[in-house]
Amino acid sequence: MTRVLETLARALSGGGVRIVDLTQTLRDDFPTIVLPPEFAPSAPIRIERVSHYDAAGPSWYWNNLSFGEHSGTHFDAPAHWFTGRDRPLGTVDTMPCAHMVAPACVIDCSDGAALDDDFLLTRPMIEAWEDRHGAIPAGSWVLMRTDWSARSGAAYAGLRDDGAHTPGPDAEAIRHLVHARGILGFGTETIGTDAGQGGHFEPPYPAHHYLHGAGRYGLQCLTNLHLLPPKGAMLMTAPLKVHEGSGSPLRVLALVEGEDE
Amino acid sequence: MTDPSHTSPTRARANPLRRTRRPLLPPDARSRAAHLLTAAAARGRFDLPCCRGCGRFVWPIPEACPDCLSEIATAPAPRGARVISITTAEMPADTYFRERAPWRVGLVTLDCGPQAIVHMHPDAVPGQDVRLTLMLDRAGQAVLHAAPKGAAMQADPQYREMTADPAARRVLITDARHLAALPLARALIQAGAHSVHLGVPEAWKPLPTRAAFEAIAGVRLVDLDITSDRSVTDLAADLAGKVEILVNTADLPRPGGLLGPAAQVQAREMSEVIAQGLMRLARAFGPAMAGRGADGPHGAAAWVNLLSVFGRATPPGWAGYGAAHAAALSLSQVLRAELGAGGVRLVTVLTGPTDDDWFQTLGAPRVTGPALANAILKALREGLEEVAVGDVALDLIARLEENPKAVERDLARGSLS
Amino acid sequence: MAGPRGYDGIVLAVPVTVPSVKNAPKSTQWWIGRALAGLAQGSGLSHKVFDGLSVASFSLAPDTTIGLTQHFGLSPRYIDFQPLGGMSGIAALRRAARAVQAGDAEIVACIGADANGPQSFRRSLENFSRSAQDAVYPYGAGGPNVNFSLIAQAFMAETGLTRADFGRIAVAQRGNGQLNPLALIKGALTLDAYLDARPIAPPIHLFDCVMPCAGAEAFLVLREETARAQGLPFVRLTASIERHNAFPADTVMLRGGWARDVDSLWAQAGVEPGAVDLVQTYDDYPFVSAMQFADLGFCDRKDLAEFIHGHDFGVAGSLPHNTSGGQLSCGQAGCAGGYLGLVESIRQLTGQAGARQVARARRALVSGFGMIVFDRGLGSGAAILEAA
Repeated sequence: MTRVLETLARALSGGGVRIVDLTQTLRDDFPTIVLPPEFAPSAPIRIERVSHYDAAGPSWYWNNLSFGEHSGTHFDAPAHWFTGRDRPLGTVDTMPCAHMVAPACVIDCSDGAALDDDFLLTRPMIEAWEDRHGAIPAGSWVLMRTDWSARSGAAYAGLRDDGAHTPGPDAEAIRHLVHARGILGFGTETIGTDAGQGGHFEPPYPAHHYLHGAGRYGLQCLTNLHLLPPKGAMLMTAPLKVHEGSGSPLRVLALVEGEDE
Repeated sequence: MTDPSHTSPTRARANPLRRTRRPLLPPDARSRAAHLLTAAAARGRFDLPCCRGCGRFVWPIPEACPDCLSEIATAPAPRGARVISITTAEMPADTYFRERAPWRVGLVTLDCGPQAIVHMHPDAVPGQDVRLTLMLDRAGQAVLHAAPKGAAMQADPQYREMTADPAARRVLITDARHLAALPLARALIQAGAHSVHLGVPEAWKPLPTRAAFEAIAGVRLVDLDITSDRSVTDLAADLAGKVEILVNTADLPRPGGLLGPAAQVQAREMSEVIAQGLMRLARAFGPAMAGRGADGPHGAAAWVNLLSVFGRATPPGWAGYGAAHAAALSLSQVLRAELGAGGVRLVTVLTGPTDDDWFQTLGAPRVTGPALANAILKALREGLEEVAVGDVALDLIARLEENPKAVERDLARGSLS
Repeated sequence: MAGPRGYDGIVLAVPVTVPSVKNAPKSTQWWIGRALAGLAQGSGLSHKVFDGLSVASFSLAPDTTIGLTQHFGLSPRYIDFQPLGGMSGIAALRRAARAVQAGDAEIVACIGADANGPQSFRRSLENFSRSAQDAVYPYGAGGPNVNFSLIAQAFMAETGLTRADFGRIAVAQRGNGQLNPLALIKGALTLDAYLDARPIAPPIHLFDCVMPCAGAEAFLVLREETARAQGLPFVRLTASIERHNAFPADTVMLRGGWARDVDSLWAQAGVEPGAVDLVQTYDDYPFVSAMQFADLGFCDRKDLAEFIHGHDFGVAGSLPHNTSGGQLSCGQAGCAGGYLGLVESIRQLTGQAGARQVARARRALVSGFGMIVFDRGLGSGAAILEAA
């Protein structure tokens, strides 16, 4: 074993690295993306009990799971969007494992999102963050902290008569992060890497458009971003290895320096 | 929001330490020929045995006319009769009637000819002209009931025993989002229901009628997604022992034939809501309701499935929807038997296209929410089992009885009527 | 049209009553066996000599008479099965008489018997009749009480008779029953007790109703020569009638089938209507006994009240009626109830009625009635017996 991993193992068992779970519990009442109903719907999250130490199976308890690939805390692969359909290694089973462990920058937008459901992360805000914390390194995740995960139910979904109202990046911000900063992927606490009203932006759903068009990734429905430092956390994001999959629910873990609180 | 757990004047709280009376049923054996009457009573039709040859009405139903020996069918009959005599069975041999004694019964001579023994309304007296109803008793078998014209039917405890009057009962409507849900909740409260709970699937999505529901005293919205094991069992844990009338309005109308790109996925979702959802509800709520069929004057009484007539005859443009409703109709038959063992009636209300967005391209007349609500109230009050609402449903059903193959061809050609 | 052929030379003998019991864990075959033994003992003949066997029972199913031939070891030339309730005895007698008369049999054993246990009544109701299943039981009218109460009301409205009038009949019968050691119900009955009794299905109250029980009744039908040769006391059959579904156009049963053939009955007997020393009506309810008085020619229907109050129905009275106490005292052992009147009349006419013997009993009228499957009793019949 190299000394780095040895050091890491020691750190993990109480010596200076802790694990933060950025994952929402996968439950059947967790809000999912709502599309216009004419389109084929993604299956809702369902946990179907097969047996529970009973006549259906005396010594065991197990469930059938069913969900769309993009349910709960989940990962978007490039193949998910039309702009990424020709990207090589663009599905969850072909993407490089090296991309499944990566550093993360966390941009705190919680104050703005508390006042405005449609709060947008803009390029000036990113540049202001970089003035304080240094440039966003290429190959890192950028996570938009909004504390949206403290909400639940209708407040979390943000649906109104004219669609969803949840925060996200504007088109220029995400284009800049993808093309000028070379980020690995973008993550949010909301349903969707795009803002709720992103369908009205140019291009529509710019986060999906630019991220996946460039062979990058998305993370959604994250939580506990307030426990991460602005820089320095390491994200572990290994989606299910589904044949030709466009994404999947997953356990997102962050390694963070410092003792348990 | 008002508290639906108030004790209404007509409903006292039961003593929780007393054993629940188990449901018994009246004698339910009938000859095969007598089941012609069951079909009529289920629909609320007054059809009596009638000779195909000489047109004479006969009772009970024989295998051949006692006058001319021709075959017997059923035909619409005049509903009048005159009372010959009335008595009360004070000590009936049958246990069901013994529990409910004295049971009032009479001998009448029907305007159309024969005599019959009938269940008798308390206001009737010998020599009086009465009006007959052919209805289903607690065992789901056809019986005759007599009452003076204009008598208050719900004032007869024997009539109430055979029907599912919502007054003082607790109702669960499974999907508040259905266009019939709000008018039905209003109508039920107006009819004296003790409380109406309405299930809201995916409460994180907006419910435009939320404020309207919350404005009605006795109504309460609860989370319920009948496609989720957890959601159904959680609600059943609280409510299953308290539901006396369940109205299943869960639906997911999505047009589409077999072949469209989204058709398979949508069909699966429709099946999950309409068919699998019904089965899940039945498993969670059925046993408790069946066990409470004789639980006092306001015990469990009815389960109403609001289903599409497209389950009986499916237009090609509604493939997945029709298939899901056909499955629900099949499940309804089984559920009818399960609930019937406890004296709880399973009512199938078949409707044509309703007056909401999904059926927008289908022309008028489409069925409105209030029309459905009224049909459901009527079915409950009269103890009906098979109800069709609206011209499209009535027409399709009539044509199916006449010639199902013709209906199949007509629908394939794109004609609903 | 010429009347039916007479019954010259046809006699009844050996009245047998197997004492009834309210409930007994004995099968119907057991009761029939005891009755057969009683006939053998009373006749001094082995039962194997009986070459005719007629059985009436509601509780023999799935068997009928034929199974009993092997069961009891006899080889008859004539068998009959008449599960007709209160009509059983008259029906069995009429057919057996003709068989003996035609030489198809020499000695016919006629037996009415039924078992009874706590569940018997309800179980037998459930399988009684298709009409009852379709159009009676679903209305809480299981058992005959409700059906007959509906008829009784109409009968009372038509005739003006009251419960007190019927009570007079019932009280007199119970008095006769108290002289019968085999009666199941032994206490006295007063008119007040009758009137105050618990309602069953108004106007039918407790003492209008017979008590279902287990039991058997039997007699032999044979030629006079055979009876004499064996030294058996006997009675002659001089007249009989039978009619089923007599008045289909009547909306309610205000009269029974006897009214259709009553003239033939008295003409066969060659006497005036009512010229009998005792009468046994079928008493499933006292009001039906009253109906029989009118329908059998004792009086006009409109004069029934006067008739009832103008007679003493006790064994020492002006018209001894149901001299054994009838079913109201003896209980109704199913089809054996339809034999009660015939067996009692044989005793009375052969001087074997003990404490309840009617003086100078020479001629008796026995009436049978039964089988209400829907709204009226379908079967009715009567026979006139004369002392030798």
